[in-house]
Amino acid sequence: MTSGAVDREKEKKVVFVTVGTTCFDALVKSVDSRHVRNELKKRGYTNLLIQMGRGSYIPRKSTMQSCGEDESLVVDYFTFSPSIADYMRSASLIISHAGSGSIFETLRLRKPLIVVVNEDLMDNHQSELAEELAERKHLFCASPQTLGQTIQTMDLDSLLPFQSGDGLPVAKLINKFLGFPAE
Amino acid sequence: MEGFHSQDSVAILIGFLVLIVVIRLAYVLYWSGRPLRTLSQRVSTLIVLGSGGHTAEMLSIVNVLEKDRFVPRFYIAAGTDNMSLQKARVLEESLIQKEEIGNKKDIEKIACFEQIYRSREVGQSYLTSIYTTLVAILHALWLMLKFRPEVIICNGPGTCIPICLVAFIFKVVGIRWSSIFYIESIARVKRLSLSGLLLYKLHLADQFYVQWPQLQRKYQRAHYVGCLM
Repeated sequence: MTSGAVDREKEKKVVFVTVGTTCFDALVKSVDSRHVRNELKKRGYTNLLIQMGRGSYIPRKSTMQSCGEDESLVVDYFTFSPSIADYMRSASLIISHAGSGSIFETLRLRKPLIVVVNEDLMDNHQSELAEELAERKHLFCASPQTLGQTIQTMDLDSLLPFQSGDGLPVAKLINKFLGFPAE
Repeated sequence: MEGFHSQDSVAILIGFLVLIVVIRLAYVLYWSGRPLRTLSQRVSTLIVLGSGGHTAEMLSIVNVLEKDRFVPRFYIAAGTDNMSLQKARVLEESLIQKEEIGNKKDIEKIACFEQIYRSREVGQSYLTSIYTTLVAILHALWLMLKFRPEVIICNGPGTCIPICLVAFIFKVVGIRWSSIFYIESIARVKRLSLSGLLLYKLHLADQFYVQWPQLQRKYQRAHYVGCLM
């Protein structure tokens, strides 16, 4: 029993879900659904940690004890935390809202990422970025409805690392415009 | 007869003034967007921080600017945004520590941090936003008179619009010629943001940068600079 628990601790694979500073109940509901939980379990994930922000939908918590021996997906949630980065670092898969902040934070950490686009937002330009990065194979893009399907079919090996950029091209152009000599 | 004469001269005067304004506007629009030859070694720089991801992108530019050239630096953020100025301050303090020139006094000479009244909150009614926009423009006018920057670097969302409007009026009136650089957000892949579209279409920005090649193809005057993040 104890050795089994140690083994499980070794093989802990955490899925971290983040909705950022807003509320995105559709995403929390989706990851809380039996379908998505089952797909995550089938892919070998053991823990599901949800940052639910201002949302009002409370996911079902479950610990290993309360479940049967077979059902081993441990679910926990919280609203906000100053150390989101630590949760990201310890996760094996990140499921995020489409905000550019958490997208690039995840890509910099070289973690597999599924971006779920909030279709309820009025000005839905956010999907542009997620779709473009999905086309370039840096992440997977889904909607709350298709999340389970995406988890089932995604091929993590097909993802390409994202090369972070910087402000140098802008600084060069500004210098040139102002007539400063290039260094 | 006399009355006719004075009416006539008033009309001529008004026509003359309009002509001057039109010529000046054409002159300003002609020279906007054309490279300068800055004679001074230093340019006072206004940096508008947009909040959240916009601030992160802006600070990645500030990070690589030559600090002894773009000085002093004035940072502006929306009044509702508590994080951005703090992040800018952390960056400036780390610069001072890097150069090891020492104490907290120096930061006041090279960097200044101010909040600006926000023109419109999310969900605000249009009637009250006319009033608040007016207040925001007056506040921008006050800050611009105070700083009179030679360079303005800004990105979305709307925080920079009153500043850029005032900067353009300053150009026309001849108070100060500020070069305006606008960087469209990385989140904009296919379409410009409302702020970006305004500055692009009205020729308010001297140079306009986009982070995706497909946007540059759509807006030919823009420069493609790759991803800032």
